Amino acid sequence: MTIDWGNFTPWTALAGGVLIGAAAGLFVLLNGRIAGISGLLASLLERDAEGRGEKLVFILGVLLAPLLWVSFTFLPALEFQSGWLGLGVAGLLVGIGTRYGSGCTSGHGVCGISRLSPRSIVATLTFMAAGFATVFVLRHLLRG
Amino acid sequence: MRKLTSFAAGLLFGLGLLLSGMANPAKVIGFLDLFGAWDPSLAMVMVGAIGTALVPFSLAKGRQRSLLDAPMQLPSKRELDGRLIGGSLIFGIGWGIAGICPGPAIAVLLSGHWQVLLFVLAMLGGMLLFSALESRRAC
Repeated sequence: MTIDWGNFTPWTALAGGVLIGAAAGLFVLLNGRIAGISGLLASLLERDAEGRGEKLVFILGVLLAPLLWVSFTFLPALEFQSGWLGLGVAGLLVGIGTRYGSGCTSGHGVCGISRLSPRSIVATLTFMAAGFATVFVLRHLLRG
Repeated sequence: MRKLTSFAAGLLFGLGLLLSGMANPAKVIGFLDLFGAWDPSLAMVMVGAIGTALVPFSLAKGRQRSLLDAPMQLPSKRELDGRLIGGSLIFGIGWGIAGICPGPAIAVLLSGHWQVLLFVLAMLGGMLLFSALESRRAC
């Protein structure tokens, strides 16, 4: 392992994290809800989910954030790492996996760990390990 | 009022994702590439997010109602079962393939890249597939 100092952006990463944490904190204190994106999205797919309106406007907020962002600066560049097949398979796995595992990086990783939930700590360690292993296989084993 | 705070929280959440760098799949893969040239930035995102959210969540745990008088809806499940582990493994594999997870996917959905649109459609398809399988199991 070597550290990629050239791409390491500790301060914007930390500041972005603080905003994410503040948003999740406000959402739970004011609305009594977990800011877990996969869970919120899944609720929007159900016709009679509880609190659908509130969940919808949270997702709308995330969706519209770039419009506010561009009034200050350029949108960050997006460098995609896979073609259409990879993206399709990845999306499908993320959709199925987050439902079986009841959460993703936001619900388990940020909210769950912040409320010290053993389930979320185990889930986060598991998907991180799977992510490390997948990138190792795709980048170093298959591509040589 | 609750819809307004929900929207504001979502907006702040999205801005945080954009600022953090995690909207860029290359940045996420850089973090997941532990055995190559490792970019630890995402660890800093987690430190900032959890460090900030710890206090609000510990306050929330002691309450029955939120500050806006909504019921406090915190998950109550405690068991570490196969669904939690298996689901998280599947999610992690998908995350490792594309470097995209649900939050950032929504935050950059309107950027006009077909890649994000395809990913989000496949993800919603995966969620619908899960509910279809679950309702069959329940029968």
